[in-house]
Amino acid sequence: MSLRNIGIVYRKELTEAIRDRRTVISTILVPLLLFPVLSVGFGSLAVMLVGKAKEETPKVMLRGGADSPEVVAGLKKLDKIEIVPETPNWKDQIINKEIRAAVEIPAGFQTDVAQQKPDTVKIYDYEGEMKSEFASDKVEKYLKDYSDTVVKDRLAAKNMPVGVLKPFEFKRENVAPPEKVSGAAIGGIIGYMVILLCMTGAMYPAMDLTAGEKERGTMETILSSPISRTHLVLGKFFLILTAALGTAALSVLSMGVSFSVLGHYTQRSADGRAAAAGLLLHLGPKTVASVFLMALPIAVLFSAVLMTIALFAKTYKEAQSYLTPMTFIVVIPAIAAMLPGVELTSKLSLIPILGTSLLCKELVAGTYHWNLIALIFTSNCVYAAAALFIAIKMFQRESVLFRS
Amino acid sequence: MIDARGLSKRFQDKKRGEIRAVDNVSFQCQPGKIYGLLGANGAGKTTTLRMLATILEPTDGTAAICGHDVIEHPEKVRANVGFLSTATALYRRLTAQEFVEYFGRLNGLDEVTLKKRIDSIFDRLDMNGFRDRRCDKLSTGMIQKTSIARTLVHDPPVMIFDEPTNGLDIMSARTITAFIRECRDNGKTVIFSTHIMSEVEKLCDTIGIIQSGKLLVEGTLLELRDKYAEHELEEIFVKVVTPHYVAEENN
Repeated sequence: MSLRNIGIVYRKELTEAIRDRRTVISTILVPLLLFPVLSVGFGSLAVMLVGKAKEETPKVMLRGGADSPEVVAGLKKLDKIEIVPETPNWKDQIINKEIRAAVEIPAGFQTDVAQQKPDTVKIYDYEGEMKSEFASDKVEKYLKDYSDTVVKDRLAAKNMPVGVLKPFEFKRENVAPPEKVSGAAIGGIIGYMVILLCMTGAMYPAMDLTAGEKERGTMETILSSPISRTHLVLGKFFLILTAALGTAALSVLSMGVSFSVLGHYTQRSADGRAAAAGLLLHLGPKTVASVFLMALPIAVLFSAVLMTIALFAKTYKEAQSYLTPMTFIVVIPAIAAMLPGVELTSKLSLIPILGTSLLCKELVAGTYHWNLIALIFTSNCVYAAAALFIAIKMFQRESVLFRS
Repeated sequence: MIDARGLSKRFQDKKRGEIRAVDNVSFQCQPGKIYGLLGANGAGKTTTLRMLATILEPTDGTAAICGHDVIEHPEKVRANVGFLSTATALYRRLTAQEFVEYFGRLNGLDEVTLKKRIDSIFDRLDMNGFRDRRCDKLSTGMIQKTSIARTLVHDPPVMIFDEPTNGLDIMSARTITAFIRECRDNGKTVIFSTHIMSEVEKLCDTIGIIQSGKLLVEGTLLELRDKYAEHELEEIFVKVVTPHYVAEENN
């Protein structure tokens, strides 16, 4: 094994990769820009849109209520709601967003309340439409407060304390430390992103260094040099691996920075939402290092598998058509790991991508199951070694190198 | 020198079954001589030369280059060979100098020797004007010179040229033929495949005519003229190849 020769091939491939606009875009620019655009861009857009929606004074149509002046007056006094008179096509008006909601007060409502007869006030809205739901929330809150006041009055009339309807209080409290909360909430996403980006980072160089080389006619040139095919394939493989890990590393870095910026921004502009955005701040260097260590054999596996498949193609386009479906094969187990209730077990550990995804979730939560870590790392190393062995063997096959 | 002994190469084709691309070919090429392998398209020239350059492995038979067996020691063989064909393209994102340096390093040259070799070759081939230009910005002539520099960087004793002038304009083709002559004059063993008769007449000391993977005849131009009672190489070629060509067409 000549490390010198592998190094020569690696350096040459690195020089070419850095000079290739497409590689630079897919390996460096996309991961660096994707998360700021997705998180800060879309996040601030969402904050802005929600804020704007809340500022709007929605039109709410009042149906009935002529004999219930107290309730109607209360509704009209509500801040930032415009009560409009009843029209026959009120349903269409809600659907067409001309009004946001309608409230229907049954005939004799106030008298029924006074006589303690049950009645129903209906609120009509456009489910899933944010502004409509804001309007109906305001009306619902008013009616709930009104209902509470009626209850209090009735209890007072009978000389009974309010506590008779509320025998005790209950409260939920989180005992898990912040990193475990973030692990449960976003741990799956971290594993998913690292695995998926390892894959996308490796994909372009894998095609360029094999099928691309065949298509450009340089395969015969390099095969006529004294370097052994094993050294050649290893040099290429290490470049693909570098791209895979580089893309994943840049993505996590970009994700961390983007979320902390978003957290900072939302904390100032809209309290509460900051909690979700700030979760990533709890990812310490130890967690990131652990995730990457576990991603290493997966990156080796992807690099070797993608290189082997792309090598079989005669042209870059053909390689693309072989490798694109690979994304789905990788995404399915990675997504499965994010499903609620899917927990890491020794059996699931042996499934290449699923095991690592689940483990990443645990690592982000700060839980280290050392026996499963060893099992996943070892099994992934075995799969990766097998894939690399096949890649080396494929590089020796004339039927693959000179397929026509 | 090159010593091919019963070289054969069979391929499996899904539709046509087994194909004998090269069938029991034996010949020798001596230092300071040019051996011309003449044949039509698909005759087996490229496969023969690829086996000599160890890009393909023979199915049967073998060859020795400077005493190294192509099957046993392919890396030693490649270290003694400069291989040039129109299919050997350049790495377009490297500069001309980087490209030649890469192959020099792969041939085991240390940095000091490599620099001396490159300076000498670039001076000789008048390449200094574009040594730092990327290969995708080079003209056809510059590409040919860079390819030549690549084959020369490790100063190999054996040169293999597979239809090196195919598709080139006259000036680029002349650069190549001049280079082939220079290799012979420098005492290198040269084997050269083509289907262009005039190139063979001008360059080759020994001519081998190949058809359907078989080496049908070999000799100097004078010997072939005597044997077939024809002056023009094209007429000799037609006389040699026609019976095999007809048989192949009938099959």
